[in-house]
Amino acid sequence: MKRQHIDKTVQSGFLLVALFSITVLLLIMVFLFIEGLPILDHISVKEFIFGKYWYPTDDPADFGIFALILGSVCVTLLSGLMAIPLGIMTAVYLAEIASPRVAEIVKPIVELMASMPSVVIGFFGMAVVAPFIQELFDIPVGLNMFNASLMLAFMAIPTICSISEDAVFSVPTALKEASFALGATHFETIVKVVIPASLSGICTAVILGLSRAIGETMVVLMAAGGAAMIPGSIFDPVRPLPASIAAEMAEAPFRSEHYHALFAIGIVLFVFTFIFNLIADYISHKFRQVGEASL
Amino acid sequence: MKRLNKELFITSLCLLIFTTTVFAGELVIKGSTTVLPIAQKAAEAYMAENPDVKISLSGGGSGNGIKAIIDGTAHIGNASRFIKQKEVNLANTKGVYPVPFRVALDAIVPVVNPKNTVADLSMTQLKEIYLGRIKDWKEVGGTPGEIVVISRDSSSGTFGVWKDLVMTKERVIPSALTVPSNGGIVQAVAKTPGAIGYVGLGYLTPEIKTVKVDGVSGTEENTLNGSFPIARGLFMFTKGWPKGDTMSFISFILSKKGQALVQEAGSIPLF
Repeated sequence: MKRQHIDKTVQSGFLLVALFSITVLLLIMVFLFIEGLPILDHISVKEFIFGKYWYPTDDPADFGIFALILGSVCVTLLSGLMAIPLGIMTAVYLAEIASPRVAEIVKPIVELMASMPSVVIGFFGMAVVAPFIQELFDIPVGLNMFNASLMLAFMAIPTICSISEDAVFSVPTALKEASFALGATHFETIVKVVIPASLSGICTAVILGLSRAIGETMVVLMAAGGAAMIPGSIFDPVRPLPASIAAEMAEAPFRSEHYHALFAIGIVLFVFTFIFNLIADYISHKFRQVGEASL
Repeated sequence: MKRLNKELFITSLCLLIFTTTVFAGELVIKGSTTVLPIAQKAAEAYMAENPDVKISLSGGGSGNGIKAIIDGTAHIGNASRFIKQKEVNLANTKGVYPVPFRVALDAIVPVVNPKNTVADLSMTQLKEIYLGRIKDWKEVGGTPGEIVVISRDSSSGTFGVWKDLVMTKERVIPSALTVPSNGGIVQAVAKTPGAIGYVGLGYLTPEIKTVKVDGVSGTEENTLNGSFPIARGLFMFTKGWPKGDTMSFISFILSKKGQALVQEAGSIPLF
């Protein structure tokens, strides 16, 4: 066979593989919409999104997911509050401050954290952390928003840390040297030069970390308490969107209102992560550090 | 990749077929998801003994089970409750005479943390607790402390019993914690001093304390003699007095062997 033919074959082979995975994903999306949209025959979008009561098996049933959305948003934000500073600071430490020997040990450990199965983290939250925070804060129940956020923060930190670390590490040495030459201290250089220069990478890291937290199912199913209420404090139990789908899908009668409502929750979740990824994509393109001149 | 594709296709096709259409086998069973595990176990064992009989099984709820009997789309309709007067009337107008068979019993026991001093609650108190009207243990004679209400996911059969018998149509307070399994309730109640939950009889462990209901403790014996209030019969309905395969399947479930399967499925056998 001629070389050109081999080239062509390999090329179209790869094209096929790429098309296959994209098509499958696309079909899943189409399926999600086909199964989710029929809920709108029963209630309006407004009632669905802003309805306060989730009683899917009552007669008549209520399919309001406002409490669930709020649960997801609160858990994600709270975990962000914990994970973002820790993740970024760890990244800066690893890339800028730590001696190469320390970084060599710490970096793989952080990456190892990312490979922890979520069900293990969820179980840890349920069996170990829940009784602990129950005692510590003297609250009636340890399965709550705080517990779930803490566990999600554990999951988001490795993502945030390793992506921001790459961004911080790739800041050109010339920029830092220029800063030192102007008489800036190491700390000033980090805060005023290195971090701004790697901002786009850090933002991407944060958003990818958060979108991991919002889509996470096992942890919130096990540690968040599962009460479909609008939370009044961080120690209230919540029921995030993925937990509802996971807990109820198995028992929902096929093609019933409840079944369609759960798929519609899937659509809402999809929209959330889709927006997150769009923002990440936008930021990484818009604020990309191109060479040393653009700062 | 191609093989994977083919496998995926076949799997999804199978799923599609199993979930959308029930082929007219020789014995069609529909209805309550609570009775489903029993029917499933019995059907498997029955088909192993009688390879020429094909049983197709689906859920859909008690109402659908009874409706299927009246419409004649199933031979057996499962229900976790007795037939309603409205359904009897509908059957009569269509000239159908539904026959009930009680195949198993189902009991749900309220449980609390072992540290809790409360040993007995009335049905009204249980309901008020789950409605969120009673919020503190001191209101029901315990040591002061917030009551942590733990419930099951609204789709579960256990929740169904609780809703029908304790809540009597009213809604469990939204702030109740929901746990996806009986085991999860045991875990949560064991770790939370102020908690109250409920589990099926088969799930009691020494880590949790059972509470008497109206002075009756939830045991298999009290369920069988009818004195424990949070219990109910699980039924299979047939269209008229059953004949042929339908009859022999019902007899199979009511036999010693069938009742052992009932126990295996997590319900209480009749004898």
